[in-house]
Amino acid sequence: MNAPVYNFAYLDEQTKRMIRRAILKAVAIPGYQVPFASREMPMPYGWGTGGVQVTASILGPDDVLKVIDQGSDDTTNAVSIRNFFIKTAGVRTTTSTGEATVIQTRHRIPEAALGEHQILVFQVPIPEPLRFLEPRETETRRMHALADYGLMHVKLYEDIARHGHIATTYAYPVKVDSRYVMDPSPTPKFDNPKMSNCAALQLFGAGREKRVYAIPPHTGVESLDFEDHPFERYRLDGTCAFCGANDSFLDEVITDDRGGRMFVCSDTDYCETRRSQSGAAETMAEASVPR
Amino acid sequence: MTDTLQEEPLLIAEGLSKSYGRQLGCRDVSFELYEGEVMAVVGESGSGKTTLLNLLSTQIAPTAGRVLYRMRDGVTRDLAALGEAERRLLARTDWGFVHQDPAMGLRMGVSAGANVGERLMAVGWRHYGRIRGSATNWLHRVEIDPARIDDMPVTYSGGMRQRLQVARNLVTQPRLILMDEPTGGLDVSVQARLLDLLRGLTADLKLSVVLVTHDLAVARLLSHRITVMRQGEVIEAGLTDRVLDDPQEPYTQLLVASILPP
Amino acid sequence: MPVVLELIAVSKSFTMHLQGGLRLPVVAGITFSVRSGECVVLAGRSGIGKSSVLKMIFGSYRCDAGQILIGDCTPRTDVARASPRRMLALRKTTIGYVSQFLRAVPRVPAIDVVAEPLLGSGCSREDSRARAADLLHTLNIPESLRSLPPATFSGGEQQRVNIARGFLPDLPVLLLDEPTASLDAESCAVVTGLIAEKKKRGTAIVAVVHDETIRGRIADSVVDLAQFATAA
Repeated sequence: MNAPVYNFAYLDEQTKRMIRRAILKAVAIPGYQVPFASREMPMPYGWGTGGVQVTASILGPDDVLKVIDQGSDDTTNAVSIRNFFIKTAGVRTTTSTGEATVIQTRHRIPEAALGEHQILVFQVPIPEPLRFLEPRETETRRMHALADYGLMHVKLYEDIARHGHIATTYAYPVKVDSRYVMDPSPTPKFDNPKMSNCAALQLFGAGREKRVYAIPPHTGVESLDFEDHPFERYRLDGTCAFCGANDSFLDEVITDDRGGRMFVCSDTDYCETRRSQSGAAETMAEASVPR
Repeated sequence: MTDTLQEEPLLIAEGLSKSYGRQLGCRDVSFELYEGEVMAVVGESGSGKTTLLNLLSTQIAPTAGRVLYRMRDGVTRDLAALGEAERRLLARTDWGFVHQDPAMGLRMGVSAGANVGERLMAVGWRHYGRIRGSATNWLHRVEIDPARIDDMPVTYSGGMRQRLQVARNLVTQPRLILMDEPTGGLDVSVQARLLDLLRGLTADLKLSVVLVTHDLAVARLLSHRITVMRQGEVIEAGLTDRVLDDPQEPYTQLLVASILPP
Repeated sequence: MPVVLELIAVSKSFTMHLQGGLRLPVVAGITFSVRSGECVVLAGRSGIGKSSVLKMIFGSYRCDAGQILIGDCTPRTDVARASPRRMLALRKTTIGYVSQFLRAVPRVPAIDVVAEPLLGSGCSREDSRARAADLLHTLNIPESLRSLPPATFSGGEQQRVNIARGFLPDLPVLLLDEPTASLDAESCAVVTGLIAEKKKRGTAIVAVVHDETIRGRIADSVVDLAQFATAA
């Protein structure tokens, strides 16, 4: 029985060329949403088709790929996408942030600082930060073209009026290179500062909406705020039950039906690295809940 | 009694014409509007008054003629020669547009305070407290209870929405306001309150206004000057009391005679 | 004293287009002048066009022919040919007008009706209201009425509000259309007093007054429009 033969990383070369052109344009105009001819992928919309297409276009045989979903390497989606690339590109994969050259992520930025040799690919559902306030594409395009962003602050104003503080906790809008306002994808606002002056290239792909955008390395990224309500990084108050970190983004895990809970690092590789470094193997043995 | 009329006009219409194929919108409209003058454009349906307003606000482009505007730096520019960014900035800072239907001039999905503050945020205000303070102040000026600053315009009555629209337009202290039947569709008592408010504000803020209305009583109450239009043409123009008390043209005489006595 | 207002061959007629273009002549060839501090009274039978002359000077009526020159130094402004902008400025700085009947904006309190012209020329709200209150007091309008809209006032009260509004600003030319018609003797005396004061301050006044006694008290000269009457 003949197994289907895929082109390297699934997409044909012409498609990759088209997407790379869009990526180049995106890199040249930081934060600007470049339309591209998004292809039908073997996974439905809403499952990372944009991120997968970007990764597929930039992957080479020598690349080392890491795929995470909500910071974890072994959730279903991360596993599926990783296997997809193993099958269609045969590249080496890793869970180690430091070892990877391409990292595809859904909704988190790794804790470890990234380097110049690395590319971070984000999966984006709705690329347009103004969409919820201005449904017309014609109008949002004009707003971006004319840097007419008053409406973005209207959203933040409403938050403060309604909740007393800016209640947006993820997909917190940012201004890239002092020009375009961008949706950083549904990453927690905790991660926003990591995007600024990052040594790695950050690429954002939205498959259903057919847009690609980028933050080139070492580019300034500011989170929008008010002078009297400045941007605050939000983090659950706690330390990781496994590695003891008090500076990483934490997930809350419910352990029983009596209100028992614990906090663990959302970034599994970060947590593991810390544990192996501090030789805290005994902590792992004592943990009653399997990873 | 020396001549102190040195100022340049704020808004100049020069031979403005607009046709839609063979359909005439308006023809050869010219006038000069100075600071602090309120000019009513009156006419029945099909008179071209709304077309004229849309030409002045650059929402549509003329088939012939020009609209000139004196910018804050004193230079008079042809609006057609401005880039879109400049025009949008003007529309947000120097001009106001009060729509007949307030829902068209408001964001119904955000609070009253956000509606009034939006223009400020659009020109770079970044202090929440100050934005809110300014919004509160303006709500007060248009006689809306400032306690309702966080309410959505959908919860407001028609008259309140219209006053909110006025506040939203005035917050950046524009010099020119265009109004399209601002009292249309409102109950009589509500109309009266709005008219009083407009009258007071235009005088206090020395606004220049082009007010389109079919109601001659509104024109008499609010405007210094009046332009009468019919089927796209200007029939008569001049001081409001002169045109309404001593109409010269047959059509003007007809209009004036049609007003029901109080 | 210099001439501040001069009418030269002023003519007007109404054309009633709705009545088939019927032409109603009003006045023709009116010529007279008024000096600072002088009061000229226009006389003539009812309907001869006295009010129309006042309205032409104020710009409420169009002047068909002739000149209406305002000012004491050249170039004088010809009201008959003045642009709306020029007319609006003149009304603010030069010519005041007290109409025969108060045409009050509904819902505006009497004190604000009176204060409004002062406000328009840059006076503060408190100041204009204070001066308005003084003048209303002189005209015997009680304080209780001052915060009420004049629409419900009696004819005489309305006219006194009207007079206050016209007399409050200090304008070089003042036009009065039957200022004492609906007033009792006491108020008449107050008004003639105010007129005398204005004259002393150099205001040039043109008035339409049919009451002979009042005319005698205020007029420096009388212009009988019958001498200019057009053929019927």
